[in-house]
Amino acid sequence: MKRTLFRKIWDAHLVADGGEGQSLLWVDLHLVHEVTSPQAFESLRAAGRPVRRTDLTVATMDHNVPTTEGPITDPLAKQQLDALRTNCEEFGVRLFATGSGREGIVHVIGPELGLSQPGMTIVCGDSHTSTHGAVGALAFGIGTSEVEHVLATQTLPQFRPRTMQVEFVGALPFGLTAKDMVLAAIGELGVAGGQGHVLEYTGEAIRGLSMEGRMTVCNMSIEAGARAGLIAPDETTLSYLSGRPAFVESDWSDLHTDDGAEYDAVRAVDVSRLAPQVTWGTNPGMVAPIDAVVPDPAEYDEDDARAAVERALRYMDLTPGTPLRDIRIDKVFIGSCTNARIEDLRAAARVAEGRRVAEGVHAIVVPGSAEVKRQAEDEGLREVFERAGFEWRRAGCSMCLGMNPDILQPGERCASTSNRNFEGRQGAGGRTHLLSPAMAAAAAVAGRFADVRELA
Amino acid sequence: MRPLRSVTGAVAVLDRPDVDTDQIIPKQFLKRIERAGYGEFLFFDWMKDPDFELHRTPDAAILLAGRNFGCGSSREHAAWALEDRGFRAVLAPSFGDIFRQNAINSGLAPVAVPPEWLAQLKDAVAARNELTVDLETLRITHPDGLELAFDFDAHAQETLVNGLDDVARTLQREDEIAAFEATYARRFDLARIP
Repeated sequence: MKRTLFRKIWDAHLVADGGEGQSLLWVDLHLVHEVTSPQAFESLRAAGRPVRRTDLTVATMDHNVPTTEGPITDPLAKQQLDALRTNCEEFGVRLFATGSGREGIVHVIGPELGLSQPGMTIVCGDSHTSTHGAVGALAFGIGTSEVEHVLATQTLPQFRPRTMQVEFVGALPFGLTAKDMVLAAIGELGVAGGQGHVLEYTGEAIRGLSMEGRMTVCNMSIEAGARAGLIAPDETTLSYLSGRPAFVESDWSDLHTDDGAEYDAVRAVDVSRLAPQVTWGTNPGMVAPIDAVVPDPAEYDEDDARAAVERALRYMDLTPGTPLRDIRIDKVFIGSCTNARIEDLRAAARVAEGRRVAEGVHAIVVPGSAEVKRQAEDEGLREVFERAGFEWRRAGCSMCLGMNPDILQPGERCASTSNRNFEGRQGAGGRTHLLSPAMAAAAAVAGRFADVRELA
Repeated sequence: MRPLRSVTGAVAVLDRPDVDTDQIIPKQFLKRIERAGYGEFLFFDWMKDPDFELHRTPDAAILLAGRNFGCGSSREHAAWALEDRGFRAVLAPSFGDIFRQNAINSGLAPVAVPPEWLAQLKDAVAARNELTVDLETLRITHPDGLELAFDFDAHAQETLVNGLDDVARTLQREDEIAAFEATYARRFDLARIP
């Protein structure tokens, strides 16, 4: 039988095959962080159950760690981090704690440490687990009850998702990035377009991306509603993973979709004339090219779509017809599991070099991991950012979701390299616009959205 | 988990698409390490608006929502908050995949209803605000006579109706898991990380 890449990984992990019904799936790697795990460990403790495979379970601290120097001051955040430490000690789970030098955003350290590898199943109590699909793994987010289930059994009951090929057609123009590709794809698919599906990204533009870029694309699969995103491994994958600490060589030769294998759905996204993307609304599908204007709700035919756009513009305090380039910003956030890898920081630094953050704009750069931070400092990127007036922080999730002190104040407008522009996501009343790291740096120096291609 | 055979009660109508879990329970409430007590923070920011739809039916047990309800973040706290607030069922044309599973695991029934039923259900509860969602017979009924049969996955039905714990059920399959595990090699080596 000709099979898709997804189906090959799925079939190889079936503890019990439920066919169209519920199957039991083996989990190769379970990533754990402080926010979605305490109740799971507590339930294990109450039931007297151990963690079944501590050698397949890895924890880190990321969501609510402070990114400034000094001790944690938020008592609730501290309690949660302390709980993770205690739980990991009690259950024998390896923890990369703050200060260990290996900590970072869970979806940055997985591939970085060589934990995430092609053909694996990877889960984590975090929706952006889809990131790891970039190495050719089936990786998806789960809830806390499922975290408990995986801790106790190393398996997960699952219905087989459907498959969708998302083919990027054409060559990516100069100055465009993975973030622009995935934002454009979400704009076309819609925020529920991938529901129930695993997306396999294909096409020349995907093959041309670095691993960091592929992670950015797969990361935002969940923003199209998809269960996971997936990219077949190739030479780029091998050269990225080779030599990483936990890497174990294996045979990937069959890890691709067979010629003639059928997907349940196929979508094409033309990137040959793509322009840098900026979101204007309150979900990632509300996106437009930088040379566009804020849309008019009257252009939407469906009642509920029109109402949603009206509501989004009210929340974002935007007037239809306003050029995106005329929108002024207060803050810039370069970071998150979407865009805080070394390549992202290099791209932003290239724009920042020799320029200054605009008057009245507060810009922060938060590396995705302690390792990314070290590497960026070794390459001199920290100096570039600091000379330009950006603040250089310690690793963590930071202002992507604002569980730590890095938040927007009500009414503040932020150019953000993160993944969600939901109402209040970065702080109650805050207004988030998603874009690429280069575009975020361009916005920081211009004080408004700007086309990074014109700064080059 | 509390069994959920059937729920009868008032319906809150939240007629907008793509309600994400960040709205259902904002991040500042995810720092707690307990599983209970999230109900008072449900829709925390939207509740500040006196015109917010949910204020109209403070004692609702059933939520009627738009498509793609519960999209976004995997936080199970969203399902816990709804359940803690007194909701036992959410009716919507579609759900975020992770939320749907979280709801089932939290004793909250995520019932997918065809979009064309929404208007019918809204009209019915506008006339008299009461519905019954029966998880045993898989029927939604309104006291004025409206009766709709819905589809629901059999495993999820069993979980909800009996208040079952998925972990305990899977642990009974130890033979199958051990058999798989015996033939399956680890794909990475954590011990190599200094």
